[in-house]
Amino acid sequence: MDPDLSLLLNGIVSGLLLGGLYAAAASGLAVSFGMLDIVNIAHPVLMVAAGFFVVLVGTALGLDPLLVAVLQAPLFYVLGIGLYTAYNYFFERRGDEALQGLAFFFGVMFIIEVGLVLLFGPEQRFLDPDYAFVTWRLGEIDVPLRMLIPALLAMASIGALYWFLQRTFTGLAIAAVAQDPEALRLMAVDPVRIKRIAFGISVALASIAGGALVVVQPIDPSTHNVFIGRVFAICIMGGMASLPGCILAAFLFGVVENLTATFYGPSWAPAVAFGWLLLVLAVRPQGLFGRAA
Amino acid sequence: MSAATLPAPALPPALPKERKHLTYWLGAAAVAAALIVVLRLIGNEYGWYAGYFVLQYVVLAAAWNILGGYAGYVNFGAAGFMATGSYTAVVLNEAFGFDVLPGILGAAVVAGLLGLGTGYLTLRLRGVYFSIATLCLSVVLQTLVVNWDYVGGSRGAYIIRPRSVPPFLSYGEYIFVVMLVLAVIAVGIGRTVEMSRLGRGLQAIRDNERAAEAVGVPTLRLKLIATTLSGALMGVAGAPLPFYAGYINPEGAFNLAYAVNCIAMPLIGGAGTWLGPVIGAVLLATLQQAATVTISSALNLWIVGWMLVLFVALAPRGILGWFRRR
Repeated sequence: MDPDLSLLLNGIVSGLLLGGLYAAAASGLAVSFGMLDIVNIAHPVLMVAAGFFVVLVGTALGLDPLLVAVLQAPLFYVLGIGLYTAYNYFFERRGDEALQGLAFFFGVMFIIEVGLVLLFGPEQRFLDPDYAFVTWRLGEIDVPLRMLIPALLAMASIGALYWFLQRTFTGLAIAAVAQDPEALRLMAVDPVRIKRIAFGISVALASIAGGALVVVQPIDPSTHNVFIGRVFAICIMGGMASLPGCILAAFLFGVVENLTATFYGPSWAPAVAFGWLLLVLAVRPQGLFGRAA
Repeated sequence: MSAATLPAPALPPALPKERKHLTYWLGAAAVAAALIVVLRLIGNEYGWYAGYFVLQYVVLAAAWNILGGYAGYVNFGAAGFMATGSYTAVVLNEAFGFDVLPGILGAAVVAGLLGLGTGYLTLRLRGVYFSIATLCLSVVLQTLVVNWDYVGGSRGAYIIRPRSVPPFLSYGEYIFVVMLVLAVIAVGIGRTVEMSRLGRGLQAIRDNERAAEAVGVPTLRLKLIATTLSGALMGVAGAPLPFYAGYINPEGAFNLAYAVNCIAMPLIGGAGTWLGPVIGAVLLATLQQAATVTISSALNLWIVGWMLVLFVALAPRGILGWFRRR
């Protein structure tokens, strides 16, 4: 095969796999930012914090990082509930969520990042399971399991979330609270309780994304910086509250970023990604897959 | 941002306008002169450097406050604007051998134009979308600088500064005085904005942009003025940085600490008032300097994060809010 074509195909495939990781990171945000309208810019740093605990626990007990990530997800669910309770008590209830709430999550993000530096030091951490060194070859195309297995876990967890949102009463209530909390109250459902559960779920998803992140790449406390723009970009491009839109946007984003890195060098990749978001924001704020407000 | 409820500034006592401004400028000049005298009496070179650090944040916080405090548009990309100023000064120095003062002017122009550009973003982006866009802008700029060999790429750039500039005793004193003048000007601009029609218009935008537009406030023009002014002042704050340190690299110039401090300082002092950012900046920056020297630099940033969270949760009106009725 033509080497350029092979490079292109490989770039697309690994971009899709990378998109799986991005989908995992962005799906939690699609719940908190998209559905609940809570601008949780601490989401990526929660993911990185989850990654650090995965490394810590996985190394100590010799467990698979993805398994640890799933096992610790309930803990992060509780953490999310605590975070939302504080947010609701201090800001949402008072109607101060715009400026002060934004500053609150910014501060939380900073506290977690610096807390990780103080706890673990600034150096990179990694935990490689055995399959991380296996690569399947399909003709000219390489499929590294290091990327494939986290992407599959991401798809599975997003699938479970989708089922939950479509098929259970609480899930439907989450979708409803995004549209009209007052109407929900008339159905004798407490919107604050529903939002608490939803926010807990979004932080639990950050835990799973953190496990996937550790398998894909080594992490350090500042890793989340590049993810902030990515996950918000994906979330906005995906049309905020829509999970299928979020997955599509994540794949698209992964491919574009990866092709840029392949053909122009990795140091340009963030500029393209973020530039794209700026463009989307400036031209089509409702997202590529969203409907006009 | 329409739901943001910040204190309406207390109505100033009925002094004639010119006299009020004169009082500020004379008072600020007196405070500045006193500062220089005290630091000279202490006679320690470190005093100038620590003072510069604090004053730089006074300028940044005052700049952020013009857009964030009055108009309610939260800028997460302060580091990007500041680094734009720093690198403009580096380029001017490298290309024409310009010293710090022309560098500051150049930085004001370039960062002001950048601010004007983000101002047009507010046409379509309200609230959090604007904030996210500014954060992205900062990352895009950092990537550009990292890939730009002329200013040293990720290795950074060196500036050879003169040993001293007469009549000042040392270069440290010179750069401190430059920053002091910039701080007085920046706070003065913030104060003038607050007392002018511009400030009242921006406050109307913060409280309810649609309503403001409906009653005839020229929202776009006011927002453009505010973003340009705020951006230019942030660039000005960054321009002396390479001269202060003699070296600059993208990682340092685009440090997230600038962004978080820029938000924390006005909010802790009292956003939407001209004095609030000054109080917040002096308090937080002094605290950080003290913690850096005595404990560690990671811990001092941690303290800033906690203070920001505690203040927005428990005292949303900042320190000035304690002294004012709701």
